[in-house]
Amino acid sequence: MKLCITAKGESPDAQVEERFGRAPFFIFHDTEQDTYTAEANTFADAAGGVGPRSAQVLIDHGATVLVTGQLGGNARRVLEGAGIEVYQAAAGSTVREAMAAYRENKLNRIL
Amino acid sequence: MKLVVASGKGGTGKSTFSANFALSISRCRDVVLVDCDVEEPNLHLFFSGDMRESDVTVQVPVFDMERCDLCGKCGEFCRYGAIAVLPEKIMFFHDLCHACGGCRIVCPNEAISETERVIGKVWDAPVDEHLRLISGVLNEGEPNGIPVIMAAKEAAEGNDLIIYDSSPGTACPVIETIEGSDYAVLVTESTPFGLHDLKLAAEVVQKLGVPAGVVINRSDGKDDETEAFCREAGLEIHMKIPFDREIARLQSRGDLFSVAMPEWQERFVELYEDICTRTGGAP
Repeated sequence: MKLCITAKGESPDAQVEERFGRAPFFIFHDTEQDTYTAEANTFADAAGGVGPRSAQVLIDHGATVLVTGQLGGNARRVLEGAGIEVYQAAAGSTVREAMAAYRENKLNRIL
Repeated sequence: MKLVVASGKGGTGKSTFSANFALSISRCRDVVLVDCDVEEPNLHLFFSGDMRESDVTVQVPVFDMERCDLCGKCGEFCRYGAIAVLPEKIMFFHDLCHACGGCRIVCPNEAISETERVIGKVWDAPVDEHLRLISGVLNEGEPNGIPVIMAAKEAAEGNDLIIYDSSPGTACPVIETIEGSDYAVLVTESTPFGLHDLKLAAEVVQKLGVPAGVVINRSDGKDDETEAFCREAGLEIHMKIPFDREIARLQSRGDLFSVAMPEWQERFVELYEDICTRTGGAP
């Protein structure tokens, strides 16, 4: 199973980024292999349409769960259409901490 | 000749100037005034006349799911995020679409055709024998007014003297309005904000290669800084409209002050003749 966490940096010890579409990095966590792969978000500074385009990145990577801070309306529609579950990470937590909280079922599901 | 009235800052009196300017010139020749502030057109409030209304449409994609194999090329191509390709369907966001038609071209399966979507209107109203007002009106909730500005300008084509009244700011709608103009009148006011945004507007017209002059509206007589800037930038100050109670009173009733104060009509005509001399256009 593949999860995506929005992050401020490329390491699993980076802080979770609260914004989805404009997150600097998407970190993909493969739960079977226990690997973390960071991908720079090329839309972080784009003028518009970043929500659907970022959601498309998750779809293309085959992620089924997203952990982030907040979602815009267009991103929500695409993620919902693709059946991706979205959970809200606690402010200030790292990617690793957010993953642990997800595993322990402590995150609030927002979609 | 095409003149554009712009300002940078909102509320400096662009529309007040445009309406009085156009009406004054129309006493001696035919004028078409175009309201290009499509998000908030208001010149029609000054004039009466039966308007003809026509729709402004853009082409948006329609997906034939019989032919689509969800290859994702259209979504990859769209720079505006208007198309998301999901595992089992396509999701289209019409409010993000810029109607470029690229998705139709890149589709390898000919699964995309186009349909028209109405995003606004053009009102065309003869005010009197010599003045015609064309207003671009963007429908509420629509994010992109450029096609409406283009349609309003297009409707005025073929006339000898056209005046475009721009929206405030210096972003895409203003640039679209200024493009193709022979001369720009930048309306500013006697405040630090007015001067700050005048500088931005002056930079835009300069980049677009449109010669410009300045009108100071609501002038309180303390225009030293604006005058210094204009001298430095090589911008002629064509006119100062004073911060005057009578003008404010007329304006607040929806009247045009140049009608009640005919000496202003002459001054607007003189300003027009001055611009003609500068641009080499025929008065």
